[in-house]
Amino acid sequence: MSELAFFIDYSRCIGCRACVQACEECDTHRGRSMIHLEAIDERDSVQTAPQVCMHCKDPICARVCPADAIKQTPDGVTQSALKPRCIGCSNCVLACPFGVPNYYGGIDQMMKCDYCYDRTSAGKRPMCATVCPSQALAFTTLEEIERTRKGKAINRWVFGSEVVETKVFVVTPPATREVRLDLVQLGGKKHEPFDVAALLEGSP
Amino acid sequence: MAKLSDTIENLVARYGPRVQTEPADGWQPIGEADRLVKTHCCFCGQQCGIQLKVKDNQVVGFEPWEEFPFNKGKLCPKGVKRYMQNTHPDRLLAPLERVEGHGFREVPWEAALDRVASEMKRIQAAHGNDAFAVLTGASLTNEKAYLMGKFARVALRTANIDYNGRLCMVSAAAASKKVFGIDRSGNPWSDIPKAEALLIAGSNVAECSPITTDYVWQARENGAKIIVLDPRLTPIARTVDLFIPVRPGGDIGIFNAILHVMIRRGWIDREFIAAHTVGWEAVEKAVEKYTPEYGAKIAGVPPSLIVKAAEIWGPAKTSFLLHARGIEHHSKGVENCMAALNLVVGSGRIGREGCGYAMITGQGNGQGAREQGQKCDQLPGSRDVENPAHRKYIAQVWEVPEPSIPHKGLSAVPLLEAIHAGKIKGLLLICFNPLVSLPDQNFIRAALEKLEFFAGIDFFLSETMRHADVVLPGSLMEEDEGTTTNVEGRVIHHKKAVDPPPDAWEDWRVICELARRLGAADKFKYRSTKEIFDELRRASSGGVSDYFGITWEKIDEQMGVFWPCPALDHPGTPRLYEGARFGHPDGKAHPQPVEWRPAAEETDAEYPIVLTTGRTVAHYLSGTQTRRIGGLVAQTPEPWCEIHPRLAAKLGIADGDFVKVESRRGDLVVPARVVTTIRPDTVFVPYHWPLDRAANRATIRAIDPISNIPEYKICAVRVSKTARPDDLIARLPPQAGGLL
Repeated sequence: MSELAFFIDYSRCIGCRACVQACEECDTHRGRSMIHLEAIDERDSVQTAPQVCMHCKDPICARVCPADAIKQTPDGVTQSALKPRCIGCSNCVLACPFGVPNYYGGIDQMMKCDYCYDRTSAGKRPMCATVCPSQALAFTTLEEIERTRKGKAINRWVFGSEVVETKVFVVTPPATREVRLDLVQLGGKKHEPFDVAALLEGSP
Repeated sequence: MAKLSDTIENLVARYGPRVQTEPADGWQPIGEADRLVKTHCCFCGQQCGIQLKVKDNQVVGFEPWEEFPFNKGKLCPKGVKRYMQNTHPDRLLAPLERVEGHGFREVPWEAALDRVASEMKRIQAAHGNDAFAVLTGASLTNEKAYLMGKFARVALRTANIDYNGRLCMVSAAAASKKVFGIDRSGNPWSDIPKAEALLIAGSNVAECSPITTDYVWQARENGAKIIVLDPRLTPIARTVDLFIPVRPGGDIGIFNAILHVMIRRGWIDREFIAAHTVGWEAVEKAVEKYTPEYGAKIAGVPPSLIVKAAEIWGPAKTSFLLHARGIEHHSKGVENCMAALNLVVGSGRIGREGCGYAMITGQGNGQGAREQGQKCDQLPGSRDVENPAHRKYIAQVWEVPEPSIPHKGLSAVPLLEAIHAGKIKGLLLICFNPLVSLPDQNFIRAALEKLEFFAGIDFFLSETMRHADVVLPGSLMEEDEGTTTNVEGRVIHHKKAVDPPPDAWEDWRVICELARRLGAADKFKYRSTKEIFDELRRASSGGVSDYFGITWEKIDEQMGVFWPCPALDHPGTPRLYEGARFGHPDGKAHPQPVEWRPAAEETDAEYPIVLTTGRTVAHYLSGTQTRRIGGLVAQTPEPWCEIHPRLAAKLGIADGDFVKVESRRGDLVVPARVVTTIRPDTVFVPYHWPLDRAANRATIRAIDPISNIPEYKICAVRVSKTARPDDLIARLPPQAGGLL
């Protein structure tokens, strides 16, 4: 069996927030949830999207840290800022392309999703992916995903001219090879909102 | 006297609902637990396996239980946060007695029990046995449900016992019994991913049965096409193949028209119909006029959507129907379900792998609690209280003369009406919060206020219990041992994780003590819930829901046992109707012709908008438990009114405005959420909150003639913009019925 990995399938998410509630139950950061659940457009859609740390192979948050406080484990997990080193500058918060790190003023430290390192390093699955009722968050092998799901798991992101590879995969429509997030595309595409009224009038 | 003995503000300040925002010791790391108890969630009918972390006789957290086959570790936010109840400051820790003008005072157990028993005797002596009623709930274990039924019939000898499953499963139950002869989901959940076509009718799966979501998505990964019927685009409907935004109350238009198309296109299994059904001709005749155009008019959708649905469902080789309260909460709830079941019968796809149907049970023990004899018309083993042979069998198990067992009593809504009419004078209530959950709240409150004596057993003082004369502090699910029966018909084992606090008792001990005071000690001499279960096994033996071969040990070994399980060496029955052998004496399915009819109250010029109600993922039923848990209250602090932008524009309502939702019976004021995901002729309000935020102030007290389920899913209202209320109720915290 190949290595267990983390997969996000946004098309499965039902917005129940079990992941958010379960994350804050972890002993290493009890009371603070490290996962984000975004509502995409509450007025026109019930779509929601969970966001864990993608664990970039070359983590931008660590590269921009002036205090060298953000470390990557040998198995590719980027951790929260080290308390003695973190200077609370929030460079990492601004630099992360996925919006993951949070700066907590009360403790003057950046904390973020750490792949449930206490669990995953001991052979357990991360809390969010274990409880997720829709399995929009899944912790399993790439073979299992390919066997049981129609979509394709990819971990290559293109932000304009910058390419980012991540430890965490996203499940996308089968023909996708990489996720392209060009700024032009974000601003320029016309958004066609879903409307029950339109469906009732015969124009789905 | 069942009027409030103090102001609502004072009662809320003393007894809550307050929010436990963090664990008793703060957000400290738990560290090593004393033990992990493999048990189940106390909330909905999914009854997910969970491990409770116990430290110093307190439940302090949880760990997923990945080996339990139904949910494999998955949990919804309610399951994750359920542990926070165990150390809650609102917990009732001593019996309470009403003091006029001063709320409640604590009294010793002996005095409280004596008073309840003597009031029972006094009322029954003066007004007859049936003048004292018992209302119970479907979140009770099988053992407690059985005990409540026996207590009412043997100790109190009242006909009037019913339960809050009357608001939940009874339409589905009656329809399944009529068509297939057994009241249970036909299949285990493992059949869902094996189906080519799924029809999800009136079920907000993502919020009300979240764990089922993965089964539905897995079916899709395997190539299934999915149809969802709902007036709102719910999270599960967003990405399915066909979403039909049906008008509330219009479901029969869709079901009958799909069947009409199936007949025309030759998608009926004629061999199956001939060999295994009776009465199909009448069904065909009934749907003759239900062309897609005719059905679409009833359903308020374009006919093309119905044709598309028929093209998915009709030719499929395997299929699964899932239905829930969306089609069941109607004054024609049983007919709605039967029309849906006709699609299963016509296709012949039942009783095989990947072929069948299920009703998605809402309450924790929604399935089991309706089998053990706490329904007004049933005895244990799903037996009929009017059937002489059934009465005789149970009389022998209970060691009482058959004539001493009362006959059929009143179901929940007529029972409250009888209280209002002064015919029922006394009430014992457990596991039921009518002052949130029953329709037409103003009437229900007026009824409760007329009671001469009202006693209750609960662990928190619910909105209804505030009206009680005596409150007896009971137990949480994790403080007692017993069984429930999950949504699939799988009987599972709830382990005791911790002891109740010193002066709270396990519910069954309270009932046995009351029975002793009523002179029935010899019939209630149980020393444990296991002894109650063993009697339940014998009482159910030979009945439809036969538990005789189920033992707690066998449940643990097999990770649950599906009924019927008539013998100790029987493995249980995950899938019903294999080999097309149905539950009727003739072994056949009995499909029923269904004709659409309007709701009890349709819209008119004065009340032009449809109100439909439902649930949200962070809360469970009347919210007695979940409105006290921090993370859940933070997730969804207060109710709202969902309204389409077109309707909102017409009414001058903007997102976030406060709106008054007003029916002929009452009104509520909540903030508006303007969304394009709901039909423009319908508004939606979730029902978990009390007082001026209660959706059930507006809903109608109309019931289905067969199942007696209330019509929560459709009534006529008007909606208007209003100023933010600033009265005493509005100033309560949101979980108590105030505003954020």
